[in-house]
Amino acid sequence: MVVDAAHGGSDTGARIGDGVLEKDITLGIAARLRSTLHARGIDVVTIRTADVNLLAVDRAQTANHAQGAACLTIHATATGSGVHLYTSSLTPTTNARFMPWQTAQSAYVTQSLKLESEIDSALAHAEIPVSLGRASVAPMDSMTCAEVAVEMAPLVGGHVTGAKPVTDVSYQKQVVDAVAAALEQWRSDWRQ
Amino acid sequence: MAQRLETVVVSKAQKYLFFLMLLVCVTMAAFLIRLRNRAQDRLQEQAMSAPAEIAEAATSAPKTVTLYVPNDLDDSLTAVERKISLPGDRNAQARVILESLVEAYRAPDSTHPMEVASGIDDVYFLSVPQGQDTTGGGGQIAVVDLSGALATAQPSGIEPETLTLLSMMATLHANLPAVTQVHFLVDGQPRETLAGHADLTRTYLASEVDRPSAAVPGGGL
Repeated sequence: MVVDAAHGGSDTGARIGDGVLEKDITLGIAARLRSTLHARGIDVVTIRTADVNLLAVDRAQTANHAQGAACLTIHATATGSGVHLYTSSLTPTTNARFMPWQTAQSAYVTQSLKLESEIDSALAHAEIPVSLGRASVAPMDSMTCAEVAVEMAPLVGGHVTGAKPVTDVSYQKQVVDAVAAALEQWRSDWRQ
Repeated sequence: MAQRLETVVVSKAQKYLFFLMLLVCVTMAAFLIRLRNRAQDRLQEQAMSAPAEIAEAATSAPKTVTLYVPNDLDDSLTAVERKISLPGDRNAQARVILESLVEAYRAPDSTHPMEVASGIDDVYFLSVPQGQDTTGGGGQIAVVDLSGALATAQPSGIEPETLTLLSMMATLHANLPAVTQVHFLVDGQPRETLAGHADLTRTYLASEVDRPSAAVPGGGL
């Protein structure tokens, strides 16, 4: 599995609350997901492990070189509610020997949608609100693996859930556990 | 010395020449002042053209337009009908329609809040190059020049940024169906992302946005 903590260095990402930056939250969630997956016996390649600038092209290159069964990019935002799952907005195509760098993900969109569905089910099982969408966010379109961007938003209080900010550690753990369970299921499906 | 001055004789012809040259100078000065005033008027007219479009819109009969208003909580677009006065010029029409959408963003009860006074600097149209036009001809690319203020006010995140772009694309396509592709600029310049996430380097396909009558899931691209 490939896990990428979005942003880093001078690219701070969104400002979430007072003095909290998206780049720090994504790094924390990625580290937590890595250790949770390790505990489940799943190998993980983490693209960003420190507060450094990384070019989108380098992120895609690392992910493609790792040839992971799944690639996840972790994001966080101050708007919306629950977890937003995004896959590439490219039109699905069949895999060819050579794919254009800008649209390499097009051959994996169908797999990405399946992975998204797996994560959606796991989050729903954990009673976390989920919204699904398609977007154009670098470096997603250049990745040659099943790729989903997982964007964590605050939890708005409802009849099932209480209000929780993105920085809430128990909320982060809930999301990480659900995503790890989905990836474990995905790995066993992928092996067959 | 006084004697020498008295001896200076100015001929009649020289007098005529002097007055003729004076007349030419005055005429040329008047002509130059007039040219300068005309140039000033022309520049002022150009500078005031945008408010003039809005003033024209304010005087024309209101038309029903469909705005696709985003909702951050459920990642959807909701079709809302508004009656607004539109100017005759198509570029100005698109600008006025998108400004109405931005007005919905900054409404007190907005579902996609954004504190921005003016969001659209300009909208212009290009023909879709042959071979890329899936409509069989007549398809247009709308180039939407967003203001720097909108990009600054835009909440950062995949969802809020994607919803802003989707709502603009869906609104343009609903009211000007010839628009099949949309490209975004910020302050007249190409930019990598809207606020750190949504890609602005590509041209989006407006016609691919789903538009059911009630709400559109955010993944309409």
